[in-house]
Amino acid sequence: MSAVLKMPPSARANLPGHRVLLGAERKLRLDCGLDFGPFALAYQTYGRLNAARTNCILVCHALTGDQFVAEEHPVTGKAGWWATMVGPGRPLDTDKYFILCANVLSGCMGTAGPMETDPATGRPYGLNFPVITVADMVRSQKMLIDHLGIKKLFCATGGSMGGMQALQWASSFPDSVFSVIPIASAARHSAQNIAFHEVGRQAIMADPDWCGGDYLSQGKRPHRGLAVARMAAHITYLSEAALHRKFGRALQDRANVTYGFDADFQVESYLRYQGSTFVDRFDANSYLYITRAMDYFDLAAEHGGVLAHAFKDTKVRFCLVSFTSDWLFPTKESRAIVHALNAAMANVSFVEIETDKGHDAFLLDEPELDKVLTGFLDGCAEHAGLDKE
Amino acid sequence: MPLDRAGFADQPIRVDLQVIADMIQPGSRVLDIGCGDGALLDYLVNFKQVDGRGIELSQKGVNACVGHGLSVIQGDADTDLKDYPSGAFDYAVLSQTLQATRDPRMVLQELVRIGRRAIVSFPNFGCWKVRVHLLRWGTMPVTMALPEKWYATPNIHLCTILDFVELCRELDIYIERGMVFMAGGRMRPIHSKRVANFFGEQGLFLLQRKAG
Repeated sequence: MSAVLKMPPSARANLPGHRVLLGAERKLRLDCGLDFGPFALAYQTYGRLNAARTNCILVCHALTGDQFVAEEHPVTGKAGWWATMVGPGRPLDTDKYFILCANVLSGCMGTAGPMETDPATGRPYGLNFPVITVADMVRSQKMLIDHLGIKKLFCATGGSMGGMQALQWASSFPDSVFSVIPIASAARHSAQNIAFHEVGRQAIMADPDWCGGDYLSQGKRPHRGLAVARMAAHITYLSEAALHRKFGRALQDRANVTYGFDADFQVESYLRYQGSTFVDRFDANSYLYITRAMDYFDLAAEHGGVLAHAFKDTKVRFCLVSFTSDWLFPTKESRAIVHALNAAMANVSFVEIETDKGHDAFLLDEPELDKVLTGFLDGCAEHAGLDKE
Repeated sequence: MPLDRAGFADQPIRVDLQVIADMIQPGSRVLDIGCGDGALLDYLVNFKQVDGRGIELSQKGVNACVGHGLSVIQGDADTDLKDYPSGAFDYAVLSQTLQATRDPRMVLQELVRIGRRAIVSFPNFGCWKVRVHLLRWGTMPVTMALPEKWYATPNIHLCTILDFVELCRELDIYIERGMVFMAGGRMRPIHSKRVANFFGEQGLFLLQRKAG
């Protein structure tokens, strides 16, 4: 098992891509009040930064994503999570754009997170790692582009929590981003979504191997709890129609039900597989921290409860995308953002794409999504004068 | 030659859209409600340098527009106008859509609120062809301007030019210009409401909210 969790911190530092130490001179002021740093940020890039450094698209990954957007994943060996979207001639065209993606703060792919060593104790942080917010993630990304000498992103985009980060970019750093594409996202995490996350967290915490968060020091891994969390979450990423299309009530390698609790149904077997492969590449405490960051996300709350105020006088160009069968981040969440942007007189496009693939549609082959992103980015490139460089 | 962004620039736009385009000052802010595939918006962006936005109900239309680099949202006139600030646009354009809205009265008020000017066009149910059809056949009229059968039409609030002028009077909306399209696409300014109502297949109006 080539699990990232079994790697010592030094090996994680040797993952492909780049790793930079930020916040050494000026620490990062976190929303929780702590001044944090210096801290490591692991990132990967595709394509070439132009001389004027104006062609950078920041891809923000979702809850369980990472910086390996468009290459074979160093742990799982699978294709990058957005390989359909990023590459030569693809919508995020690496012949034109410089694609940048950083593992989020509190992640487990080389960026500072609960499995890294706490310099104060010499032991893994565990629950001593500070609670991170989406705004903190974005602040750390801003430090990264400052470090790379990029004054303004051409675009920030991502699905789900990646879309939250894109929205946060537009709100926190409107002068440092030309356009944003939040996909299957929301301006706040709904009560239902917080509830699902809590189920996942409780599953992890109920695993005796979690050890109050100190499992790394004790040589244990809460695999069972994390797998259950992943199984529950995975259902929310699909739709009833997609589950039915894929599995129906088909049985797994058997002609009849067994009158027991083995995985009789294909859908059970599939979920168990999803759970078991997930624990090889993801850290349970990271899962707690990142789900918490999403729960705390409420862009309007930072602005007196009025979402439009988050985008006052914005010059950023927006393109929002939702999917008809996504019940985790339903269209009405995107539409609420569109209405706020209209009230703020922002330049906004909004497309709802018909699909039965649920929330995960943004990760899958959706030709309409490709067309919309390509067209929007081409239009932005023209307005930004990118084609002339 | 402007970029052939939406693939429209090398073709002339529909004659009624051209008349609307000619009413719009270059460089202004325009909201096109019911923008379809974006033909007018694309023309305005390319040839009149407007800051153009669109609203379109059909997913196909929206995807085509955004795929061509236009700023368009999926939505409709009944629900998606209320959020815009007053005077947000120089022109709010509603072309051939008023008759398909659930609440045309509210939509008209919203148009002159968010646009310093509003441009509205609609099929005229008072046209002689419609009258003759109903008189002669006794069935719901199907004409060039009203091509669908009654059960297939999206038009739920058809009106005549006289009805429209009356509603504007009632809502304190000032008609800056009015014109009609006759058979064959010829355009005539409205001198007599009754004559226009009889001969015009479509009405086109430039509107403003009355001051105060």
